[in-house]
Amino acid sequence: MTVTSQPAAVVDSSSDVGAASGPVVDLAIELAGVRLPTPVMTASGCAAAGRELAPFLDVAAIGAVVTKSVRLDPRSGRATPRMVETPSGMLNSIGLQGPGIDAFLATDLPWLVSHGARAVVSIAGGSLGEYAELGRRVGSSPGVAAVEVNISCPNVENRGLVFACDPFQAARAVSAARRGIPRDVPVLAKLSPDVTDLVSIADSVMEAGATGLTLINTTLGLAIDHDTMRPVLAGTTGGLSGPAIRPLAVRCVWQVHQAMPDVPIVGVGGVRTGRDAFEFLLAGATAVQVGTVVFHDPSAPHRVANELQVALAARGLRSPAEAVGLAHQPRPRPEGTDD
Amino acid sequence: MSTGPLQLRGRVLKLDRVGDYQHLTLVAPGVAERTRPGAFVALAVGGDHSATLLRRAFSIYRAKASGVYGGTVEIVFAVHGPGTAWLADRRPHDEIDVIGPLGRPFALPKEPVPCVLVGGGYGSAPLFGLADRLRERGCSVHMVLGAASESRLFGTVQAKRSAQSVVVTTEDGSVGTPGRATDVLPDLLARTNAAVVYACGPMGMLSAIAALAEQHGVWSQCAVEEQMACGVGVCMTCVLPVRGDDGVVRMVRSCVEGPVFRGDRVLWADAGTIPAGTLGAPRVGGHA
Repeated sequence: MTVTSQPAAVVDSSSDVGAASGPVVDLAIELAGVRLPTPVMTASGCAAAGRELAPFLDVAAIGAVVTKSVRLDPRSGRATPRMVETPSGMLNSIGLQGPGIDAFLATDLPWLVSHGARAVVSIAGGSLGEYAELGRRVGSSPGVAAVEVNISCPNVENRGLVFACDPFQAARAVSAARRGIPRDVPVLAKLSPDVTDLVSIADSVMEAGATGLTLINTTLGLAIDHDTMRPVLAGTTGGLSGPAIRPLAVRCVWQVHQAMPDVPIVGVGGVRTGRDAFEFLLAGATAVQVGTVVFHDPSAPHRVANELQVALAARGLRSPAEAVGLAHQPRPRPEGTDD
Repeated sequence: MSTGPLQLRGRVLKLDRVGDYQHLTLVAPGVAERTRPGAFVALAVGGDHSATLLRRAFSIYRAKASGVYGGTVEIVFAVHGPGTAWLADRRPHDEIDVIGPLGRPFALPKEPVPCVLVGGGYGSAPLFGLADRLRERGCSVHMVLGAASESRLFGTVQAKRSAQSVVVTTEDGSVGTPGRATDVLPDLLARTNAAVVYACGPMGMLSAIAALAEQHGVWSQCAVEEQMACGVGVCMTCVLPVRGDDGVVRMVRSCVEGPVFRGDRVLWADAGTIPAGTLGAPRVGGHA
């Protein structure tokens, strides 16, 4: 499937003007065995379960809808304030508010499937048993394109330490979820950048049965109110997201792709334009997710794909796949220095 | 989808200073036709390379479906941060990305009953369109406009055209009755035999109005001004504890389930917290 319409609002792509003369770019990709019409998806927690974005884009035409992480039970989330704007980004401390897996499977998933969207279901547990149960429930539901395992959650059985920050616990969570998910449904492990050695975590979750990786989750931050002289967020700390963290995310994708070039990576962190998506592909991502920027522009997953098409064409690339990991190749010699 | 919100590039028609506030008129074809009183728009601020990514939500003051320039929507705002400062710097013909109309509007009475409309500060903005709709239905309309001082009142002249009676209150006594809007409300509810009170303004005012309405056996419809990041229901930041028809308290999004709520359904005193018993509330010790 090729998106042929012109970008609705091309942002920051002045150097791509004139790309119409480039090759016809087919945006379709294959991610861990699943075919997607474009490499641009929503990011978990930034699109609810897709329905709210329907007035602004065609959920069937974007790469995939990654749903907000669902827990086993309904969750009220944390007290407010839950969000604070920061330079080129925001901090959030929502607390995974959601309806729980029963309501999700009864209402949200069928809506996505009936509207032709590829549903990537994000699951989050507080214990290995919860990951196992969630994997079973989601894995036995029809219409799931892939499962994303959010392991940036505190482990109630391990002093509240976050699964994603320890290679052993991260692997156990992914392994628990994987058991109930059919072989042909890919499992993406979403990793936190707040670790000393990301590659070792990536390695252990792949060993545990992940099919690919989503890099990265938010990074922990804190903002203090000048007037109250206290933390702004009711939850004190929050996850930093948005274009402010893009270089951090691109670095993570780069490092993991360099160490494990055959592992499919979904890059996420501050993607705002097609050129940002292109940067993630160059670093080694097969696909990207648009998160915080959806709050700014709910049509962004559609727009970014159009802009990416222009950016690829302008450089003579015929598909997103041709760009994946290109930045790792040696720099070309300056022109005129050929023997 | 024809009744859903639109996203489009609006164009500034004019920006006027009104007291301490800014009054912005945007050409935004299609938005006005769908607007009902109480709805809001969410504006992107800072331009294409903005470092302030979150949408700013403003209740719609007026919406005109057609005109010389095409449909327009008007908002009133105060400058209190980088986003509103950017908006206040706009000039005619500048573009602003607009999403709207959003949110659940004010519910209108089926019968021609007396109604009291209370606006705190520029919270009065959505009440004028509401007054027009109520009068069309044969309702009598009485307005209370309250603010800290005269320069923070909005629409006192227009209120005289919109309502059968108008009471103005200022906390510093610079104009009208000294005190708060809620001080004059009990008397007004009794005098007008009001069936519904509509209110928009700060949380403390809405909370007090909802309580007064309960005491007087009057329905209340309160439009909240919660901080939002997206305005369209995906970010989950603008939540309030609200009791549903089934009696269960949930943290609900004020952007899609509000901004107008029945005053008796909001747990005003618990705003900013997760009240015990809320669906999915943390067990002892809090969420892990």
